[in-house]
Amino acid sequence: MAKPEDLRLDHVASLARIALTPDEKVRFATQLGDVLAYVAQLNEVDVSGVEPTAHAFPVVNVWAQDIAEPGLSVEDALRNAPEKRDNMFVVPKVVE
Amino acid sequence: MTYEAVIGLEVHVQLKTRSKMFTRVAAGYGHPENTLTDPVVLALPGTLPVMNKEALDKIVRAGLLLGCEIAPECKWDRKNYFYPDSPKNYQISQYDQPLCRGGFVEIELPGPARNIMGEHRRIALTRIHLEEDVGKLSHGEGASLVDFNRAGTPLMEIVSEPVIHSADEAFAYLTALKAVMIYGGISDCDMEKGQLRCDANISIRPAGDAALGTKVELKNLNSFSFVRDGIAHEVRRQVAVVGSGGKVVQETRDYDGQTGESKSLRSKEMAHDYRYFPDPDLMPVRVDEAWKESIRTGCPELPFDKQRRLQKEYGVPYTITSVLVPDRALSDFFEEAARLCGRPQAAGNWIANDLLRELGAAKLELAQSRVTPRHVAELVVLVETGAILSNAAKEVFIDMFQTGDLPDAVVARKGLRAETNPDELERWCSDAIAANPKSVADFKSGKESAINAFKGPVMRAAKGKADPKRVDETLRRLLAG
Repeated sequence: MAKPEDLRLDHVASLARIALTPDEKVRFATQLGDVLAYVAQLNEVDVSGVEPTAHAFPVVNVWAQDIAEPGLSVEDALRNAPEKRDNMFVVPKVVE
Repeated sequence: MTYEAVIGLEVHVQLKTRSKMFTRVAAGYGHPENTLTDPVVLALPGTLPVMNKEALDKIVRAGLLLGCEIAPECKWDRKNYFYPDSPKNYQISQYDQPLCRGGFVEIELPGPARNIMGEHRRIALTRIHLEEDVGKLSHGEGASLVDFNRAGTPLMEIVSEPVIHSADEAFAYLTALKAVMIYGGISDCDMEKGQLRCDANISIRPAGDAALGTKVELKNLNSFSFVRDGIAHEVRRQVAVVGSGGKVVQETRDYDGQTGESKSLRSKEMAHDYRYFPDPDLMPVRVDEAWKESIRTGCPELPFDKQRRLQKEYGVPYTITSVLVPDRALSDFFEEAARLCGRPQAAGNWIANDLLRELGAAKLELAQSRVTPRHVAELVVLVETGAILSNAAKEVFIDMFQTGDLPDAVVARKGLRAETNPDELERWCSDAIAANPKSVADFKSGKESAINAFKGPVMRAAKGKADPKRVDETLRRLLAG
């Protein structure tokens, strides 16, 4: 069974901005370990004759012409915003 | 110990398209906040991106103009990170399969003087890829505010090899790159509108060493001058650090162009871990020969190629071409005028000096100019044939700039045609000589400047419309007789 250190669980959690309790770490380590073990079965498939691809379908160049269409009104755009000010979305202060 | 600076530039260029990269809401600058959004821009659930064909055409054109190798096929990747300027929590970009690889930008270094052409060099490119721009944050009282108008705008990232060695070279690189983008109609590259942004990776090493030193990334370089000043400042800072026995630390620094100071951005220890993976929502792009060919056919001549051609074909000097060529429309204007009058030098002078001066004073763009190539060409012909004198021509130019009337019409309206009646000129000269025997004697005894005494009365009689050269010739002939 994979241990939390092997999964770099703390790193993954911090990238996902999730704070985990020690209990959760143990629980999720088990679950993630199971998922990885399941997916690892793919390693057993012989793919020596298969070209790498990012997609299963042989479809390319799916595009639209550059014609501008009307978008959302400001009211609609901000309808789901938990907080708004001056027609903008308000988020916790981020300063880099 | 002398040190060599090693600089690589990452330049982001917004593509000039009507709609966004992966959705069709309008792209643009200067609109009221959050009026250029749609469900795709806001990453509302259930939305899917669709590529903008024009943006692809434009990056292919950029690649061809810069001599890049165009990838026969490439895919899109998700660059994952949390930041409120990106509502999807990822940016669609290209990671290991950029659309363009290699290529170069031809640059001109500053010459020994402004009127002397500087050395030309090629700055090699690593890659150019396409991605989407992010929203704009402003920081208010206790909160940050997000405007998503810019989010999703097609954005090209042009990465140079670390082969730039001075702040001047970096400046020349940006200048040349911008000119190519504008010539190609790829972007307007207006830095004030964020259409061109530049980050610099800077390191130093003992001159002659091959290994690269620790690099510092300089951000927030929001004008070409700030790029130049910021790089010069950073190189000096690194040399001082190393010179006093210290070590350059790998970090990102923010350069403040106003104060000329830089400071370290304490980005948390979190090393960038973007977990790129192929975007399952987008199918790959395949660029075949026919597509490339169709773009190549529409590619303009490169600015420096045009400059060389104008100098060779029309014999116009560097001082003129260096003014005309950075502006594609202006150089086209020149070619048209030169072709119409067959006097490229004169046409070039009028355009590079008078036209630009008047446009600048009136705060007008060339496209708004009432003076057309035909105006310039006809004015040149009037001067060359002696129909008007050069000081009158200046007056004609200013008049036609304001009224849009053709030179002939202005000359007629203002009565500026040069006095060319030889009999009349002969009579004015004889009268002036007869009225001033003392100066005649002075001149005949070898006092060359005495001839000037006759010119005033002649010009007065001619109401200023006599050609000074012809007056001089006539006076000398009569005085010699």
